[in-house]
Amino acid sequence: MALTREQMAQRVARELQDGYYVNLGIGIPTLVANYVPEGMEVMLQSENGLLGMGAFPRADEIDADMINAGKQTVTARTGASIFSSAESFAMIRGGHIDLTVLGAFEVDVHGNIASWMVPGKLVKGMGGAMDLVAGAENIIVTMTHASKDGESKLLGKCTLPLTGAGCIKRVLTDLAYLEIAEGAFVLKERAPGVTVEEIVAKTAGKLVVPEHVPEMQF
Amino acid sequence: MAGFDKRVGSYEEALAGLEDGMTVLAGGFGLCGIPENLIAEIKRKGVRDLTVVSNNCGVDGFGLGVLLEDRQIRKMIASYVGENALFEKQLLSGELEVELTPQGTLAEKMRAGGAGIPAFFTATGVGTPVAEGKEVREFNGREYLMEPSITGDFAIVKGWKADWYGNVIYRHTAQNFNPLAATAGKITVVEVEEIVAPGELDPTQIHTPGIYVDRLICGTFEKRIEQRTVRA
Repeated sequence: MALTREQMAQRVARELQDGYYVNLGIGIPTLVANYVPEGMEVMLQSENGLLGMGAFPRADEIDADMINAGKQTVTARTGASIFSSAESFAMIRGGHIDLTVLGAFEVDVHGNIASWMVPGKLVKGMGGAMDLVAGAENIIVTMTHASKDGESKLLGKCTLPLTGAGCIKRVLTDLAYLEIAEGAFVLKERAPGVTVEEIVAKTAGKLVVPEHVPEMQF
Repeated sequence: MAGFDKRVGSYEEALAGLEDGMTVLAGGFGLCGIPENLIAEIKRKGVRDLTVVSNNCGVDGFGLGVLLEDRQIRKMIASYVGENALFEKQLLSGELEVELTPQGTLAEKMRAGGAGIPAFFTATGVGTPVAEGKEVREFNGREYLMEPSITGDFAIVKGWKADWYGNVIYRHTAQNFNPLAATAGKITVVEVEEIVAPGELDPTQIHTPGIYVDRLICGTFEKRIEQRTVRA
């Protein structure tokens, strides 16, 4: 069975470490915040200028001046700080964020990522995604392994305009967890009940399959 | 107006001298911390062919989106747009030009512009469409793009409190691009929720020192929320 969105978030959350500053993109990455292990402290960065994003407010706590990068009303946790957009991206560009999790349309064997623009469709903009992928050492991309039509999104070479070049080393899809090294995807884990054959069939880019590929446990 | 007193008496006076074809830098992220009344004054004034630099372009009927209604914006420099049907229509018809700029690069362009730095190098956008036509230089084995900074004829800024010398404090995440825009306008106009006498604000808590501020006015704000999200 392919992983659910919640399982994908759960799997990514296993990469968190105590004391990490983390930027979570919109969509599945946002759900990672729900699976921070008990007793672990993680500080979430929101690129509009908040380090230490808390839960959504209760109805009586809503404050129009308190939003996250998805423009949702939020709260600040104890120990948070708030700053300008230039300061926010100094943190991001300067490599101070320990882990960045974001979605993508395509990833390729060279670590390229395309996540912001589909030619012929309306282009809304890259927001902070280009800064995030250029600035972070430790990035996990979360995406479905293939499109609804079965087209692989793990390619030999991205076909869409890039968000960043050569910056992605780790990908979690609904079928597998893979790392990118030496011009290939390396299959590290598979979703429960998903066969290596299915992953091979749905991976267009070069794929290295080790002798033993453990099944993820939930 | 006398000495360091930056207060002006009306929104008309606040934007006196804004003309067709000028570049306006605007603070705000989405609809958070936007200079609502200064935008309304630009609409009332009817100036056209503006280049507007702002992270976003408001929504239909609110924020910078209202300047699209009478086609006052010719070019938009932003990181994320299209919360906005009118924007899409004018973009597709060619009436509106857009220069999409990565959010961190946009912030740094304003910061550098205000700080007298004409350009800077960043790894953001290398190997992407953003790099087209830009100088690439290698530092310590990595490629970087040269990005020119931005200044504006006017900067329109939303603060929380200011003293009448123009020392400004922002509230929560309504800070965002506001202090950056404030540094980079030839004429910087700040609207706030409360103006107090000099001495009432703690000097160590000032976000934008008064040296950057030319005109100051107190307004009332709707503060529309884009995504109202709550927990039970």
